[in-house]
Amino acid sequence: MEDMVNIYLMGKQYSVPASLTIMNAMEYAGYQHKRGCGCRAGFCGACATIYRIKGQNELKFCLACQTKVEDNMYIASLPFFPGVKKVYDIYEIKPTEDIMMQIYPEIYSCIGCNACTKACPQGLNVMQYIAYAQRGDYAACAEESFDCIACNMCSSRCPAQITHPMVSLLARRLYGKYIAPETEHLATRVKEIEDGVFTEAVEELAAKPLDQIKELYNHRDIEK
Amino acid sequence: MLTQEMLDSIKKVEASRPQRIGADLRRMTAEEKQELLKKFHPDYREDGFVYLAVGPNKGEKVPTELGQLLHGKSRVLGKDVDLDDIFYDTDVLIIGGGGAGASAAIEADNKGARVTIVTKLRMGDANTMMAEGGIQAADKPNDSPAIHYLDALGGGHFTNKPELLKKLVTEAPDCIKWLNEMGVMFDKEADGTMVTTHGGGTSRKRMHACADYSGAEIMRVLRDEVINRGIEIVDFTSAIELILDDKGAAAGAVLMNMETGEIRIARAKTIVIATGGAGRLHYQGFPTSNHYGATADGLILGYRAGANLLYQDAIQYHPTGVAYPAQMFGALVTEKVRSLGAQLINVDGEAFMNPLETRDVTVASIIRECKQNGKGVPTPLGSAIWLDTPMIEIINGAGTIEKKLPGMLRMYEKFGIDMRTTPILIYPTLHYQNGGLEISANGMTTVENLFVAGEAVGGVHGRNRLMGNSLLDIIVFGRNAGKNAGDKCKSVTVGKLNLDHVAKYADELEKAGAANDMESPMLLPKYTHGSQINKFN
Repeated sequence: MEDMVNIYLMGKQYSVPASLTIMNAMEYAGYQHKRGCGCRAGFCGACATIYRIKGQNELKFCLACQTKVEDNMYIASLPFFPGVKKVYDIYEIKPTEDIMMQIYPEIYSCIGCNACTKACPQGLNVMQYIAYAQRGDYAACAEESFDCIACNMCSSRCPAQITHPMVSLLARRLYGKYIAPETEHLATRVKEIEDGVFTEAVEELAAKPLDQIKELYNHRDIEK
Repeated sequence: MLTQEMLDSIKKVEASRPQRIGADLRRMTAEEKQELLKKFHPDYREDGFVYLAVGPNKGEKVPTELGQLLHGKSRVLGKDVDLDDIFYDTDVLIIGGGGAGASAAIEADNKGARVTIVTKLRMGDANTMMAEGGIQAADKPNDSPAIHYLDALGGGHFTNKPELLKKLVTEAPDCIKWLNEMGVMFDKEADGTMVTTHGGGTSRKRMHACADYSGAEIMRVLRDEVINRGIEIVDFTSAIELILDDKGAAAGAVLMNMETGEIRIARAKTIVIATGGAGRLHYQGFPTSNHYGATADGLILGYRAGANLLYQDAIQYHPTGVAYPAQMFGALVTEKVRSLGAQLINVDGEAFMNPLETRDVTVASIIRECKQNGKGVPTPLGSAIWLDTPMIEIINGAGTIEKKLPGMLRMYEKFGIDMRTTPILIYPTLHYQNGGLEISANGMTTVENLFVAGEAVGGVHGRNRLMGNSLLDIIVFGRNAGKNAGDKCKSVTVGKLNLDHVAKYADELEKAGAANDMESPMLLPKYTHGSQINKFN
């Protein structure tokens, strides 16, 4: 017999194998997920989950697909959160110091409680990246927030009503577009292709008889 | 957590490591590869396939589980569907909210078309989000589109459709530029030079990455851009059948709310199928690295409407799925781990192959090592091979894994394994459908006004895709479909809507004696993890 534990899904008790993740345990209990399930590999943020172990005070935050069940776990899913996403034209705005003030002014209401950081299932220093955004250091904000999966549990805890994932997404787009060094070899290559520099070589290769192509493939030099 | 057998085997892996570092592992000859594939690749197992009874590809082989759905029951037949009650009236209807769908939406929007995206989960819930390794483009001075073409063609066993492959390699650098200018954070040197690495089967280092969040970074930027443009997104809604008009052109879709079951009709001048892959059909019982929604819906809809499939029997198994711990069974371990130097090692600590062979060859070689040679490492769910991740830190310096593979490091840490010091156990996992609906270079199928983009397309990669060509494919062909569907819709007048093709297809199945009762498309998989509960739904 498998080792079983009792869990409480939205308050209702189920007995499930101790080896399962929360996501799989819900399926074992009879659910077919329609919300709260996405990549099942920790990348998409669909399965944001909060829980408390019976008798303990601390509220915990996790992804259902990445967390094993524990005995007496009281589980609530957070498949959707009404965050704030402002609309902007990335081609028009610039990475100026006051752009955050214009688009997400609520970040300046941060009271430094750090509840966001404690809620992050990715272990990011959320409050720190908001601080970087406040002072217009978008490179640091982008770097610090890079592993954000936008599960929004940080936002759900924020007394200043900040939607942190949307703030960092703006910072990363500003960084990627305007601040990161430009790639000369990419611009050169795109221009060469536009000018048709490589067209003939590709056409010639594609038109060769199969045995010649195979010969070329089997003897091509491979960069070390 | 690790068993005694595993710990004993790790000692052998550690003992052989010093000699293995820097050793040049021999690559197989073309003949050796052919022999290996025939004997050990799952695509060559006859019992994993059935033959199509009806439709444009009648008589051809398909994976059994896909065949069952193609021979299954439409969700609209016998139901009350009023095609005059049009709820969404749009120019370009995009089915699927992943990387291909988002790229198509942005380009169709650029053409001034009214665009509607319908997606059965959230916008961005797609395999794109999970692509870790990177995206290929020949943008370095020692590389060229022709060299990229040859790599992809050889990797695809010379079966790629030339007109599609030419487009893929030629438009690749522009797609990187397009993404970069949208704000995607590619890994770069201080002078702006792209950090590029090898992938299995590449002859130049042309793999661009955003740490090991490449697909996630691309997807979250594309999604943000779609939202910023005000493009209509209808989420938690699946397309359950295509609608044609009296001229036989694609003209809409029957939509179903995933939560309430409500039916709504969408009419459109052009349609783009961007529904992605099929991993959740679990061909031959394999685990999968795919997204929850990867159930081949678009292939079913398109095939019933008369579009033909190409290479639908060619499946890509990723060589390195997680074999242990069981909670992560089937999840992807990116090929980048091998790009960075980790070797594949058997139970005795031997490097039994060059880790940078193409994916299909690597899969067959791992299966041979476990099944025939008996040199796999025993696990609770079967047998597995070591991926010697500590080599990465030795070769590239301490801290490399944290910098280049943060997602992977975190995933293993959650289950108590430090991949910087301990090798990890892997076994092939169902990863990608090489085949799909056939398109021309303009992105359209043989059905007028029906476009396809992304993993739902067959032909770009031939019978085997190289790492990094899928993220590229969804951008190149997503944009292409969006541009062409956005242009084409300007000259389309939609005729009388009908679902006659669905009834006709069902009739043919009946006559062929091949019809089954399975509701199709599947939309979502059902998992029970061994529970035996008695359910009425």
